[in-house]
Amino acid sequence: MKRTALLRILVIGGFIGLLEILCRIGVIDNFTMPPPSRIAYDLWKIIVTGKFNAAIAVTLSNAGFAFILAVSIGVAFGVFVHALPPLRHALDPFFATYYAIPVLAFYPLLIIIFGLGDIPKIMIAFMLGVVAVIVNTLNGLDRVPRVLLKTAKMARLNRISTAIKVTLPSATPYLLTGVKFAVAYSLIGIIGSEFVMSTNGVGFEIAFAYNNFDNSTMYPLILLVMIISISINMILGLWEKKLLIRRGLR
Amino acid sequence: MNNSNPNWQGTALLLVALIALWQVLYMIVGEIALRSPLETIRFSYELLQKPSFWPHLIETAKAFGAALFFAVALGLAIGLTLGLKRLAADVFEPMLVALYSIPKVTLYPILLLAFGLGISAKIAFGALHGFIPVSLFTINAVRNVKPIFLKTGKVLKLGRVGMISHIVFPAAMPEIFSGLRIGFSLTMIGTVLGEMFASQKGLGYLLMNAIGLHNVDIIMSITFMLIVFAAVMSGILLMIDRRLHRRI
Repeated sequence: MKRTALLRILVIGGFIGLLEILCRIGVIDNFTMPPPSRIAYDLWKIIVTGKFNAAIAVTLSNAGFAFILAVSIGVAFGVFVHALPPLRHALDPFFATYYAIPVLAFYPLLIIIFGLGDIPKIMIAFMLGVVAVIVNTLNGLDRVPRVLLKTAKMARLNRISTAIKVTLPSATPYLLTGVKFAVAYSLIGIIGSEFVMSTNGVGFEIAFAYNNFDNSTMYPLILLVMIISISINMILGLWEKKLLIRRGLR
Repeated sequence: MNNSNPNWQGTALLLVALIALWQVLYMIVGEIALRSPLETIRFSYELLQKPSFWPHLIETAKAFGAALFFAVALGLAIGLTLGLKRLAADVFEPMLVALYSIPKVTLYPILLLAFGLGISAKIAFGALHGFIPVSLFTINAVRNVKPIFLKTGKVLKLGRVGMISHIVFPAAMPEIFSGLRIGFSLTMIGTVLGEMFASQKGLGYLLMNAIGLHNVDIIMSITFMLIVFAAVMSGILLMIDRRLHRRI
């Protein structure tokens, strides 16, 4: 494990180093991409001056809102559908093909209906995330060991306390997988729609900088988005792994 | 996935309900922002008759086809290489997963600067979306090939190419196909998304252009066509996928 982690850092470091050299000696000209050290420095400057704090706040709060919607509605819907097997079997083909559909293609339609504001963006992010939460909730509920349910019955728990005390805790690792997807998808949805058409947010600022050939803003912001999404995912991934190991599932 | 007894009647019923919901929504929102299902289908049909529409459709199809080719080729190459090498897979697989989870739209400007404004940037962007699932699934598929097959190959003294083409690939095919199916969808999403941002041609461009013109007909019918195409293709691929998996 240690060795692979070390190798991974070496590979990433080597890649960044290579980019740095290529940019410095002019194989990649500076109109295309500034050297990575320059990007990191620009990002530092942007964070220190707080120039894009408003944009970052808008993006993160929209993504957070979409995430909460996706998880709460997704889990509730998943529990509901799980209780009704015929409905679930009818929905299965929809779930299976859902991610083939370019959800962002709905964005223009949503703009026409709701106007160019936060609502269409949040809806896109929600639509991207919610089905992953539903599918993983169903998966988690399927895998609750029957023994636990029988124990709950023996303890004469009613439906609600069975759900709270037995089913949900037992399904948590799978729910967390859904949550992880919801985080990634809500960021992708918000930033993607900001990028395509919007008036604020980090995605918009990146698109704006691109249109103005402003590489010293564009690249740092891209780096920032990558850092944010990768670190959130890594934290959730570690937590997920811990839970799975504790259950002896991995 | 639990597919012991699919409920096709229920699925059909839900589909009808969905279309009914669309109709009701149209009746509430009105002509300004939506079109009824019937009007959308009629306008889609009219759009397909128009000669001015075809260059856009062909452009998107070309970009998508090329992107799919690169996504599959790159994905298979990465997947087969990493799948056969444990250490390399351990090093690179988390990176691919991380790449999967970041909003790749933000990388599009970089591709635009590298490839220029045109079809090649779209192709690169589509391929960037598609190659990740193909390689991740292939890595797993190759890893899960039964050791006895590999041993048989070794006994027969197969070389690297023979090993891949005669043992690894056929044995891993069903799972690789699952990756191809997801890669297909993501490549399409990537290609259309690329067109929506900066492009002068293609369905994504028409879609964005129509917002500016407030042309609800075009928005509705292109969205409709894209979704029907994606759903139908994904349904077909899913059927093949299930059949391949059942064979084992």
